[in-house]
Amino acid sequence: MSKNSEFVKFDKVDKSYDGKVLVVKDLNLDISEGEFITMLGPSGSGKTTCLMMLAGFETPTNGEIYLDSNPISNIPPHKRGIGMVFQNYALFPHMTVYENLAFPLKVRKVSKDEIDKKVDKALSMVSLIGFENRMPGQLSGGQQQRVAVARALVFDPAVVLMDEPLGALDKNLRESMQYEIKHIHESIGVTVVYVTHDQGEALTMSNRIAVFNDGKVQQLSSPDKLYEEPVNSFVAEFIGENNTFQGEVSDISDGKCKVKLKEGEIVANPINVNAKGDKTTVSIRPERALINPSQKMDNNYKGKIEEVIYHGDHTRVRLNVLGNPEFILKVPNSSQNIDIKLGNTINISWNSTDARALDPK
Amino acid sequence: MSSETKQILTTDGTPLEVSLKKAEKKNKIKAFLLVAPLLLFLIITYIFPIGEMLFRSVDDRMVTNMLPKTFKAMEKWDGKELPSEEVFEAFYLDYKFLVEEKTFGKLATQLNYEKNGFKSILKKLKRKMKKFEQGNYKEQIMNVHKRWANVEYWRAIKRRAPDITYSKYLKAMDMFKNEEGKISQVSEDRRVHRILWLRTLEVAFFVTILCFLMAYPIAHLLATLPMKYSNLLMICVLLPFWTSLLVRTASWMILLQQQGIVNDFFVWIGLVGDENRPEMMYNKTGTYVAMTQILLPFMVLPLYSVMKTISPSLMRAGKSLGGTPFVAFWKVYFPLTIPGIGAGCLLVFILAIGYYITPALVGGASGTLISNQIAFHMKSTLDWSFASAMGLMLLTGVLVIYWIYNKLVGVDNIKLG
Repeated sequence: MSKNSEFVKFDKVDKSYDGKVLVVKDLNLDISEGEFITMLGPSGSGKTTCLMMLAGFETPTNGEIYLDSNPISNIPPHKRGIGMVFQNYALFPHMTVYENLAFPLKVRKVSKDEIDKKVDKALSMVSLIGFENRMPGQLSGGQQQRVAVARALVFDPAVVLMDEPLGALDKNLRESMQYEIKHIHESIGVTVVYVTHDQGEALTMSNRIAVFNDGKVQQLSSPDKLYEEPVNSFVAEFIGENNTFQGEVSDISDGKCKVKLKEGEIVANPINVNAKGDKTTVSIRPERALINPSQKMDNNYKGKIEEVIYHGDHTRVRLNVLGNPEFILKVPNSSQNIDIKLGNTINISWNSTDARALDPK
Repeated sequence: MSSETKQILTTDGTPLEVSLKKAEKKNKIKAFLLVAPLLLFLIITYIFPIGEMLFRSVDDRMVTNMLPKTFKAMEKWDGKELPSEEVFEAFYLDYKFLVEEKTFGKLATQLNYEKNGFKSILKKLKRKMKKFEQGNYKEQIMNVHKRWANVEYWRAIKRRAPDITYSKYLKAMDMFKNEEGKISQVSEDRRVHRILWLRTLEVAFFVTILCFLMAYPIAHLLATLPMKYSNLLMICVLLPFWTSLLVRTASWMILLQQQGIVNDFFVWIGLVGDENRPEMMYNKTGTYVAMTQILLPFMVLPLYSVMKTISPSLMRAGKSLGGTPFVAFWKVYFPLTIPGIGAGCLLVFILAIGYYITPALVGGASGTLISNQIAFHMKSTLDWSFASAMGLMLLTGVLVIYWIYNKLVGVDNIKLG
């Protein structure tokens, strides 16, 4: 069974609300069938607008969206057959759970027996059997959330859109719901387009993540690639923690470059720099810098400990390295690292491949 | 766990319940004192007048007090034939006393309500009475006027004997207690009140419907427009509230009269000929138009306050789940606005059923309502007990509507804001 790799296709889509500012700029995005794709970005980055255009509540100012190779810009929302989970669930407060789930089936003129069967199946999927006659107001936030998910799936849509569905839940519930949604996706193979501003959520759930900023997709790749290999400084900054050095390329050769900082010089991996003299931001993940490593690395410096914060399984250490007083280290809590004390000077090292020279901020 | 744990004690040994009551008692007294002035105000301005009205509408002691001896003597009278000499004598004594007190006029008025023709024969009796001799009053009174020999008039007096009477309520329904004491209807050409009641209900009903039809889209617009436009629209809706009711009604008179602006416009666009301009005022049309406009805000505001709370994502959800815009509206949006519809309709209906100024000014003869009749009896005939009876019937009607509404929709579903 070959899957359509362009099941949902945004083709050169622009969107403007006021005719002056583009909230989405020249968006090209292909989503393959059965994929879990997340649109991640700060608020105002255009991700929700994209979702609304796909759902049919907004029309693209320019360009076209295709669903299974059919242009859908002129199809009203109720004919698109796209399931949607809204930010505040949007459960119908005057209907029971059963009636909420039966709504999309009733408007499709499904027979009563079939409705019962499908509602039952959808409720069992979110483990809410027995809640059919409750009103949404009598359910907890997590239960409402599950009903909303079940309602979006009950009529077997090809695509399900989720607009920050876990935003209103507390941390523990969020995490368990993330796994639940992920499992549902895996078991029924529906295409999911998920919008969130929470990077943790995006990293744990998605097959691919599209990082939005300023109306544009900054990077579209799998979660691990996104974290390990950010293509620009926005992505590096937005996803996970990040230590940065501002500098200027002084030499570039053999897939390595030297970056001259205000104090000193480091060896880095040239990603967004081409020639000597380019301004750059070098990004290093906190866990990639090690204290007194056993193997040899090509960047070795001394740093003074400015702050130590205990986090249970690890300790965060703030160092002053090469004139950057905000350099963060994550040190696993093991017996080796006993000399981490405020004011001590320690040796830290990292590999030049982990120091990515990106575009300047 | 034994029984000792059942009663929890505070640290100083008193049972917890007792000290809790003691602690809360002060607060309760404080709270009561705070609302006491309002309670008193309500009793004085609301419960007391209504009680007074109820009392007045059934109170019939005036005649009873004026003719004490007569009614005492009448107790034995079976009402079939003319009463005995005893009754005549008692009546003579009572009336003589009233003449001396100079309050006989009231009796004439009251008895005339009961039966026409009493006024003149009482006046005549007063004149002739001065020359009456002792004894045989029956003969002497009957000689004053032949009506005094008519048993009907004596029955009419006897009917006024009880302290309380329901005759005003019957009168308001175009019914009366006839000579045999049976309830019967007045002759067809005099049944004015029933028409008025029906018209009042009809006008209130259709004004409510019209208000609803006009207010629903307005309220929806108000609830969905961006703030700067919705504020402007809200001012337009509320503007009538800031203008005197009289001024608004008068402006409708300017608009609707036969030489008025609306008629001029109709003639100008050729809808009607200049010589047969339709009458839109001093009839029901005028009442409908003006009342709908005046009561509209009372429908808009409760609807608006409910619609404001309905999240726009619900309609979106309805559409994204496959409902056409109409289905999404009818199955999702509309049911959620029912509390507002209920509140608005109840408010408008109750206000419309007792509306007075507008029908009085633009209603003419065919557009007046029961409240105008009440006012008429308050001001012109001074039959306050009749006006009270009709007022109470109106109040009862409103309470019945409220009760039905409570049964159908539930009062706790009402949302005024």
